[in-house]
Amino acid sequence: MLKIKTPKTQRAARALEKRAPKLVENGKKTLILHGTKTSSLLNDVLTQIYHLKRDSAVKYTKKNKEIRPFESGGEASLEFYSLKNDCSLFVFGSHSKKRPNNLVLGRMYDHHVYDLVELGVENFRPMESFVYDKKVAPRIGSKPFFTFIGEAFESVEELKHLKEVLLDLFRGEVVENLNLAGVDRVYVCTAISPTTVFFSHCALRLKRSGSTIPRMELVEIGPSMDFVVRRHRLPNDSLKKEAMKTASQQHKKVKNVSRDVVQGKIGKIYIPDQQVGGMALSNDIKGLKRQRREAKMNTATKEDQVKKRKTDSQ
Amino acid sequence: MEAEKYLIDLGNLMAYDPSHHFPSLPDSRVELTRKCLERGTELVQAVANALFSLPSTEDPDGPIVRLPEPTTKLPREKHLPKPKPPTKWEQFAKMKGIKNHKKDKRVFDEQTSTWKRRHGYDRVNDDKDIPIIEAKPTDEPGEDPFSKRKAEKKKKVEKQEKNRLQNLKQAMKAGALPSHVQLAATALPITGTKTDVPKKANKQELENVAGMAAAATASGGKFDKKLPGEKPAKHTGKYRKFLPVVEGKGMGSQEKQQTDKILNKLMSQSSHDILDVNKAVSMFNVKSEKRRKHDKAKEGVSSSKSGKMKPKKKSFKKSFKKTAKKN
Repeated sequence: MLKIKTPKTQRAARALEKRAPKLVENGKKTLILHGTKTSSLLNDVLTQIYHLKRDSAVKYTKKNKEIRPFESGGEASLEFYSLKNDCSLFVFGSHSKKRPNNLVLGRMYDHHVYDLVELGVENFRPMESFVYDKKVAPRIGSKPFFTFIGEAFESVEELKHLKEVLLDLFRGEVVENLNLAGVDRVYVCTAISPTTVFFSHCALRLKRSGSTIPRMELVEIGPSMDFVVRRHRLPNDSLKKEAMKTASQQHKKVKNVSRDVVQGKIGKIYIPDQQVGGMALSNDIKGLKRQRREAKMNTATKEDQVKKRKTDSQ
Repeated sequence: MEAEKYLIDLGNLMAYDPSHHFPSLPDSRVELTRKCLERGTELVQAVANALFSLPSTEDPDGPIVRLPEPTTKLPREKHLPKPKPPTKWEQFAKMKGIKNHKKDKRVFDEQTSTWKRRHGYDRVNDDKDIPIIEAKPTDEPGEDPFSKRKAEKKKKVEKQEKNRLQNLKQAMKAGALPSHVQLAATALPITGTKTDVPKKANKQELENVAGMAAAATASGGKFDKKLPGEKPAKHTGKYRKFLPVVEGKGMGSQEKQQTDKILNKLMSQSSHDILDVNKAVSMFNVKSEKRRKHDKAKEGVSSSKSGKMKPKKKSFKKSFKKTAKKN
């Protein structure tokens, strides 16, 4: 037997609505978690990634023994956490002798692992080690710029994949309108070698250039590190096809609105015939005293009758 | 020129320089960072050139531009929302060509000659507004028409709830359950039936089932291997209790009380005539007489019957043998 369960409060209903699949989706949330063992360096890396994505990330602090994203069966609890937190991106840090300072970036589709990239972290410099004017510090949730430099991002399969994952991880929400005063950060990713990517987070300083377009200046604010690509897993072809589906961008046809070069927007308005019969009559005006109102009503009804007769005769 | 050189995705504010590669890696880290940032500045400038030349609208917080769609395709987070399957009624209406038309919210109530709501509190044609139901010749006596009406209404509501559940089940199969509705199982699935819903049984139900399964062997589960952490099955049956035989006070006197109770019951049933010997003897005589008569009658019937049956049997056997021989 089944029972229909509906949320008791509007708040709960809204929370459920937020999680439901939509035509135009919300921004992706990120889950940040540890493996069995993490080095102190990796702890810092995870924390700083969390700081970068503060507005849309959940960070777990406990160790997770049972998560091994690349192995079959090792992703079960990861998928469960993804479902519970409604996160579709994850950053998983682990440290072992074979793979020191290991960072797994991954994406989820329908709360199942979609693809994975494994990176080794080298030459890490935390945010705190950078000295800069705090005025340029970017605000939480601002839309970042991205720069990818190097032909390896196209020629090497792993880096091509990494480029897409990094973009998905850090781009934030897809927005329609952007405030130009709010652009304040950029991620610079450079392919140094076919396996290594130099990743750096910079603030943007807009300088006057004499024209409407400001001159951009980059101030490195960290964190910065090198990613060495280790293993990666591309999505299943059928799954990819499924995940790449987008809502058909058919807008509803706008009726009676046209554009003119000279006059601009022109709208045609159709007014329905005036319904004389349904009009409010003046015989029950609330502003009048009752006595007068009643008196008025009496005279009105008499007049009505007279008028009716007239129309009849015609 | 720049646009040709770099690939720019304005929707993601991304620029990609596919032509660049380091001829020789710089020795020091500082040098490398400087070079990368230099290159990055160029790319950011290229994006900014495109971004700041977009038509903008002024806002107190700053100029706002409309970004184009991102050109880099990234996967979705969840599947596209699936279309809701038509309900049973919608299917029927489509088949019959019934179309929905809007009804006014307010209806003129002729009983009270006022405007009232069509549905809900204080609605038109509300059963509660009718204080008297006229009797009909078909009415059964002793039946309360008001409670009957109430019961009918309740039945209708229940039926509607059932239909709703059925439609929601169909929607769940299609994966198009509305976000605010969840279907929860209320009982354990019966084995052999199709379980269309992943059922989550509660602890007590699981314990009961596990206990039943454990005791379903010849030994009542006595010699079965226990899983690590498995608790002994809960005993659901009654325990037999034996009262102490030795007489005493309290519990000790209970046994005597029990037997006394039974004895009293028996005695009270036949207390008016415990045993009348004369009556008993005459009763015995009558009964034995009857039995004798009955036995005699039976003997006569059975002998006559058996005599009739015998030749018939023989003839059948013979005929059978004859045919066999002929063949």
